[in-house]
Amino acid sequence: MTVPGRSSHRSRSRISLAFLLVPPLAWLVIAYLGSLAVLLVSAFWSTDAFTGAVVRTYTSDNVTRVLTEAVFRTATLRTIGVALAVTAICIVLAVPLALYMAKVASPRVRLALVVAVTTPLWASYLVKAYAWRMLLSPQGPLTWAAGHTPGYGLIATVLTLAYLWLPYMVIPVFAAFERVPNTLIDASSDLGAPDLTTMRTVMAPLVFPGIAAGSIFTFSLSMGDYIAVTIVGGKTQMLGNIIYGQLVTANNQPLAAALSLIPLAAIVGYLLAMRRTGALENV
Amino acid sequence: MRTTTRRLGVALAACAALVAACSSPTNSGGANSSAPPKGEPLSALGDGEGQLNLVAWPGYAEDGSNDPKVDWVQPFEQQTGCKVNVKIGNTSDEMVQLMRTGQFDGVSASGDATLRLIYAGDVAPVNTKLVPNYDTISSFLKDQPWNSVAGQMFGIPHGWGANLLMYNTDVVKNAPDSWGAVFPGATEVKGKVTAYDSPIYIADAALYLSKTKPELGIKNPYALTSEQLDAAAELLKAQHGNIGEYWSDYTKAVQAFESGTSVIGTSWQVIANMLTADNKVKIATVLPKEGSTGWSDTWMVSSKAAHPNCMYKWMDYITSPQVNAQVAEYFGEAPAQTKACEFTSDKNFCATFHATDEDYAKRISYWTTPQKQCVDGSGDNCTAYSEWVDKWQQIKG
Repeated sequence: MTVPGRSSHRSRSRISLAFLLVPPLAWLVIAYLGSLAVLLVSAFWSTDAFTGAVVRTYTSDNVTRVLTEAVFRTATLRTIGVALAVTAICIVLAVPLALYMAKVASPRVRLALVVAVTTPLWASYLVKAYAWRMLLSPQGPLTWAAGHTPGYGLIATVLTLAYLWLPYMVIPVFAAFERVPNTLIDASSDLGAPDLTTMRTVMAPLVFPGIAAGSIFTFSLSMGDYIAVTIVGGKTQMLGNIIYGQLVTANNQPLAAALSLIPLAAIVGYLLAMRRTGALENV
Repeated sequence: MRTTTRRLGVALAACAALVAACSSPTNSGGANSSAPPKGEPLSALGDGEGQLNLVAWPGYAEDGSNDPKVDWVQPFEQQTGCKVNVKIGNTSDEMVQLMRTGQFDGVSASGDATLRLIYAGDVAPVNTKLVPNYDTISSFLKDQPWNSVAGQMFGIPHGWGANLLMYNTDVVKNAPDSWGAVFPGATEVKGKVTAYDSPIYIADAALYLSKTKPELGIKNPYALTSEQLDAAAELLKAQHGNIGEYWSDYTKAVQAFESGTSVIGTSWQVIANMLTADNKVKIATVLPKEGSTGWSDTWMVSSKAAHPNCMYKWMDYITSPQVNAQVAEYFGEAPAQTKACEFTSDKNFCATFHATDEDYAKRISYWTTPQKQCVDGSGDNCTAYSEWVDKWQQIKG
C-alpha cells in the first residue's frame, strides 16, 4: 500500500517532467524522425512516367535499382572516397595546428588562431566555393603562382571540401588537446620519454576521441555535399548530384528517397564505428 | 522489458499515424495522359493584383539589372501596377518543379515542359480573347501539340529559336559547321568541350546521328526506341571523355568561356550576347548544317495563380509588338508576334531568324517531352523521359 500523499507528489513531479520534455521530444519525433519515416516510406512508392506525379502504391523497384545499378554503385564509392579523403586531409592539417594552438602558442596567439580558424565560417558557402573556382581556373592565381592547376574535377572537389570543413575538425581536436593536463606531459618527459613517445603513448589516446568527433562532421558533411562539386567538380557527379537529379530533373521522388538511404546508411555505419572509440561522448 | 516493448509500440504507432497523415491521398494530378484535369480559363479580366510572380528563362524578363539598357519589366510595372518578381529557371525540369509548388503565377515554358504541366494540372487553360495581341501571333504557333489540348490553348506563344554551336575563335581556328565538332571532333580540344547538363541534350546527339548514321533510322530526336537511345548514349559517353564541364546555369557557361575552361559547345544566343558584351574572349556562334534542337516557348498561367489578372496583363504585354521585338532581339530568337518585325532595331532581324518562315520553323527539332507513345506518332515503343534521365546519369558516370 502506498501513502496517498507520496503518490500525488510523484504524479505531480511526473507531470512537470512531461511538461518539460514534451516540446523537445515532439520536435524530435515529428520534425526529425517523422521526416525520416516519410522518406523511408516514399522510397517504396512509384511515379507516373509522364507527369512525374507520385503514385502511392507499394513497389520495391526503387530499392532494387539502387542496389543493383552500376551508376549508383560507382557514385557511392566515389562519394565515400571523397568523404574519406577530405577527412584524412582535415586530420593531417588540424592535428598539428590544434596541438600548437593548445599547448605551444601564447594566450594571445591562441585567441588569434581560434578567431582565424572560425572566421571563414561566417562567409557564405557559395562565396568560398566560387573563390576556389577562381583559384583553380586555368588562368587563375594558382597557375600564375605555381605554373600548374589540378583543374576542375575530383581533386578540386576534395581540396575545396577539405577547406570548407576544416574548422569543424580543428575545433574538437583543439578542445581535446586542451583537456590533456600539462602535468601528464611533464610526468612523461620526467620519466625520460622522448617527445614523440609522449605524443604517441600519452597524447594520442587522449586526443583520438576529439579527432573521431571532428571526422564525423567532415565525413557526413562531405557525404551530403552536392553544391561544391557542381562548382569545382567539372563533370564529376557525386551521390548528392544523382539524388538531386532524380528529385528535380527526373521528378522521381521515390527513387531519390531510395537513393538517400545510401548516405544515411553510410553515416549511421560511420557513427556506429566511431561509437566504439568513445568519440560520441565528446561531440 | 514489457514497458520497453509498449513504449516502442506507442512510438511506432505515432510514426505510422504521422506517415498516414502526411500521405493522405492528394493525388489529383493526372494519373494518365488521356485528358488533362478540368480547369476553367479566366472569363473576364479584372484589375491587377499588384504583384506577379514569374518563372522565366534567363533573358525573358529583364529589369535592367543585367544591362541598364535592357529593361521591359519596369515599364510593365509602371503601366499596370503589377510588381514583378522573377525566378530564373535554368532547365525545363527545374521550371516544372517550381510550378508544382503553386507559388508562381506563370511560366515561360518550353515544349518539353508544357505537356507535363498541362497534364499534371499545374497550368490553366487560357482565354485568348483576353489577350488582344494573340490575334497577330504567327499562325503556325497556335493550337500546336505542345501548347494546346483538343483546340484549347494553354498559353500564349512567346518565341522560338535554335540551340547554337558556340566556340572560342582564338582556340578553335577552323570555323566548325557541324555538330561533329563536339562529337567525333571533340578530341581536338579534349577537356575543353561543354554540353548542356540536362537529359534533353540526348536529343542533340540523336539529331546528329539521324544525319550521320541513317541506318539507325532516327526520324525525330525525341522519339527514340531503346536501341536508338543506346546509340545516342554511346555517342555521349565518348563525348564525356572530352568534356571539361557541363553547364545548366547560364552564368556558369559565361564564366567557363571567359576563364578558358570551355572553348566549344552547345549554347544559347543570350550567352553569346553576354560574352560579347563582356568582351573578355572572342566567340562566334553557328547553326550547324545538321540543323539543331531548339525551343518554342509559351507563357502559361498557373492553375493556382494568386495574381491571374496581372499574369494576363503580362502575357498581353510581352507579346505586344514592341516588347516582343525587344525580348526576341535580346534573347536571340524569332518573335512569336508577327508585328514585332516592324519594331526590331535591326531591320533584317526577322529575316535572319526566319521569324515568319513556317518551313524553316519546321526544320528545328523543338524540345518535347519524350514519351512511351512516340511523339511523332510512329508507334508506342519509344523511350520515356524517365529513361532519358537514367541514361543521362549513366553517361555522366
